[in-house]
Amino acid sequence: MSAPTVTDGATRASVPAAPRKPKRRVGRGLLWAFSALVAFWLVAPALVVIPLSFTDKQSLAFPPTGWSTRWYENFFSDPTWAASLWSSIQVGLLTTVVATVVGTAAALGLARLGPRGQTLARGALMAPIIVPVIVVAVGTYALFLRFRLLGTLPGFVAAHTVLALPFVIIPVSASLAGLDRRLQDAAAICGANRWAVLRQITLPLVAPGILSGALFAFVTSFDEVVISLFIQSPYLRTLPVQMYGSITRDTDPTIAAAATMILVITTSLVVVASAVALRRIKHAR
Amino acid sequence: MSVSASPPLPAAAAPPPGRTRRGLRNGSLFLPAAVLLAAFFLAPLAVMVVRAFTDPQTGLQNFSWFFGDAVQVDVLIRTFRTALIVTVVCALLAYPYAYLMTVVGPLGLAVLTLLVLVPFWTSLMVRTFAWVILLQDTGVVNDVLGFFGLGPVQLIRTTTGVVIGMSQILLPFMVMPLYAVMRGIDRRLLQASSGLGAKPLTTFVKVWLPLSLPGLAAGALMVFISSLGFYVTPALLGSPDTALVSQQIFTQVNGLLEWGRGGAMGVIVLVMTLVLLAVSAGALRLLGGQRPEGRA
Amino acid sequence: MPADLQSGGASITLRGLTKHYGDAVAVAGIDLEARPGEFLTFLGPSGSGKTTTLNMIAGFIDVTAGELLIDGQAVHSLPPHKRDIGMVFQQYALFPHMTVAENVAYPLKQRKVEKGERGRLVTAALAAVGLDGYDARRPSELSGGQQQRVALARAIVYSPQVLLMDEPLGALDRKLRDTLQLEIKRIHAELGTTFVYVTHDQEEALALSDRIAVFNAGRIEQVGTAEELYDAPETVFCAQFLGESTLLQGTARPDGGATLVEGPGVRVHAGRGHHSAGAAAVVVRPERITLVPATDDAPAGNAVRGRVTEDVYLGNGRKLQIELPDGSAGTVRETAAARSACRSGDEVWLTFSADDAVVLPDDGASAPTAPVAAGAAA
Repeated sequence: MSAPTVTDGATRASVPAAPRKPKRRVGRGLLWAFSALVAFWLVAPALVVIPLSFTDKQSLAFPPTGWSTRWYENFFSDPTWAASLWSSIQVGLLTTVVATVVGTAAALGLARLGPRGQTLARGALMAPIIVPVIVVAVGTYALFLRFRLLGTLPGFVAAHTVLALPFVIIPVSASLAGLDRRLQDAAAICGANRWAVLRQITLPLVAPGILSGALFAFVTSFDEVVISLFIQSPYLRTLPVQMYGSITRDTDPTIAAAATMILVITTSLVVVASAVALRRIKHAR
Repeated sequence: MSVSASPPLPAAAAPPPGRTRRGLRNGSLFLPAAVLLAAFFLAPLAVMVVRAFTDPQTGLQNFSWFFGDAVQVDVLIRTFRTALIVTVVCALLAYPYAYLMTVVGPLGLAVLTLLVLVPFWTSLMVRTFAWVILLQDTGVVNDVLGFFGLGPVQLIRTTTGVVIGMSQILLPFMVMPLYAVMRGIDRRLLQASSGLGAKPLTTFVKVWLPLSLPGLAAGALMVFISSLGFYVTPALLGSPDTALVSQQIFTQVNGLLEWGRGGAMGVIVLVMTLVLLAVSAGALRLLGGQRPEGRA
Repeated sequence: MPADLQSGGASITLRGLTKHYGDAVAVAGIDLEARPGEFLTFLGPSGSGKTTTLNMIAGFIDVTAGELLIDGQAVHSLPPHKRDIGMVFQQYALFPHMTVAENVAYPLKQRKVEKGERGRLVTAALAAVGLDGYDARRPSELSGGQQQRVALARAIVYSPQVLLMDEPLGALDRKLRDTLQLEIKRIHAELGTTFVYVTHDQEEALALSDRIAVFNAGRIEQVGTAEELYDAPETVFCAQFLGESTLLQGTARPDGGATLVEGPGVRVHAGRGHHSAGAAAVVVRPERITLVPATDDAPAGNAVRGRVTEDVYLGNGRKLQIELPDGSAGTVRETAAARSACRSGDEVWLTFSADDAVVLPDDGASAPTAPVAAGAAA
């Protein structure tokens, strides 16, 4: 994950080292203009949702003409919205714990395999990213129906954990790859048993990778819609599911308030996770 | 160890040389992940496959229904067409963007990366909702079009709307592998090419494009595969008339309780995904490029 | 050195120690004994099996066959943390998230040493390596030499009876190496611990060791003191790997009290060595050879014709490269006091006493082009 940090000023790169060719300058300018449009397109949704959540009208017309925080008040006073936020947080936190522990263990196991076994095991563990979620969702629905897991906390956590595992394994594996194997040998020869080596040496040193994995796991769960749509029940409905229902039913700006909160929560977590991952990389050098 | 009893020659008492210490506990490290994957990923897939072939009776009736029903075949074709259009749109938008990322300074790179990464991790639901607002009949896009004396155009509940939303959501999948490959291209090759008198366009077509092809292929694969299984965005931005396979699956299973038919469609999507993956893996190996990576 | 850190060394016994990786043989059945308190060095080129053997002693690599005993106790099935061995690694392997003091205290913590005692021992160990007052630093704040001192302190703080060192000076520059060599030698003398030291640097081996085990292709060629290895090499490989030598090839047969070796342009008597029939190589060290101009008559005793190809002035003497009758190269060193008049291009006689010539079985390992003696002792 190559999240950026800003190191020095001036976008001087836009003035390439070839001033003798005005043609190239024009080309670079066009490239910037085009990319700016693409970038705008990328961030446009966020630019719409946030102002809309502060509208004073009971409509989703954009741009808003007056401002208020009533839709946030409405969000927290409406039991279904508030409950869905609470459910999402619960499911997200539990998923984070389970996925982080299980994913870290798997990453540790991966690091000990030979190159062939590693390719194989990694492929298996990454499969949930590749297989279309709708396909998994249908099967999960059937299974949960049978085992009465629909609308239950364990059901949600299990389903989300499988999707979140790859996003824990990727950063933890990256951290482990940067770890000097000799440190573990050194600890062992100092008298530390395997458990002590893991606890005192390995885990502290890959902690940044584990932390970013945990944050990504939370975000994955917090954003998940498709499987959640299938396995929800009136008693347990996560925030994205509630939003989905709301979009198809209502035209109430409360949904914009919900969207803004999701946006703020996930974006800040991802920025933190990326910063942590980046600091680890810099530290390692 | 009972060595201390016979100090001078403990050879006989010594146990046989150690088993592979490192190999021993890998199993237990993988076990939780393996159990979770088996129970909540493989088992659901298996259930779906079994349902496809056994519900209501054992046989291929669900598949013959699907391929015999013009509506369903239309949906399949529309799904492919939409995925293809989305892939092309993403490629056209991402290619110059990724190229710019390889030539800017650190600050520019930071900004461009952030602009790709943050939306990438922004909730799918939120982004889809935003597109519903933007594309609605009285939405911003139509306002802008109206300002130029165009429109109003119906965007929401059309395939165009679906393509706009999906392309925006999937663009990072195209930008990231493209950038990863382009960053690795040796720029001296370009200098060599123009040094030998090649025109910039020739250099681009003969040198840069082929070298960046593995990234383009990996990105296209990710976008295309993700498009095939997309549900939320087409469901909210499209309409039943513009339904894609995933919406049909949802309808069959959740609405009509036609498990066999839903399962059959799931199997079809799954098989297409796997075939695409296998074909591209082979093609990428032929190209000598890297294999496509996941996110991150 | 405080008495706390002294340990009294243990013996280490390897019996038929073997390591296979699939079909590849890394270590092919080694028999070796390190005496208590000894400084034993494993010397050999890379890939000779010396590091693999060390890692088997430490317990990082499983033994394929054979036995490993420390103080008479079989340990080859024990995990590393139960072997009570100290080890210093080439790349220091300090724990980056701990301070210097925490690093040194780490093995004591594993042994549940009480806190006050721990502090005392850490202070003593850091003092022993000359790093008093560095307790609170982080490894990243230290130079390479200082980091290796910390690693050494961490390895001796719990008074293990055996200390393994895997090319500990390999990452340091020459001057630092010389200083640290002296310190390692001093610490060894003060602690009484058995040291097993791996290096590919023959000078380092000669400077430090009580005995040296020369490794080649997964086997031990010879074990002995530096003098034994230099004066009485048992194999051609040893003669060539440790120090410089001139090699004369031919066929051996007994002749009186000595062995007569005859080959193309070679007819010499060797007074030492244990080989008296068949293909043989006579080894002569460069400072044992005296050059005589070829214009003179063939001298009495051992004399081989050659041509000086190179003549390097070294201040305290000269080093000459000689082309021998079979086309191979020989080396001669002259002290400043005993300089001959021979120069580059001269035809010469190489003369030497039969007592300085060692006859060895010629196992074919010595292609004429393979004198390995790189930067031999100046």
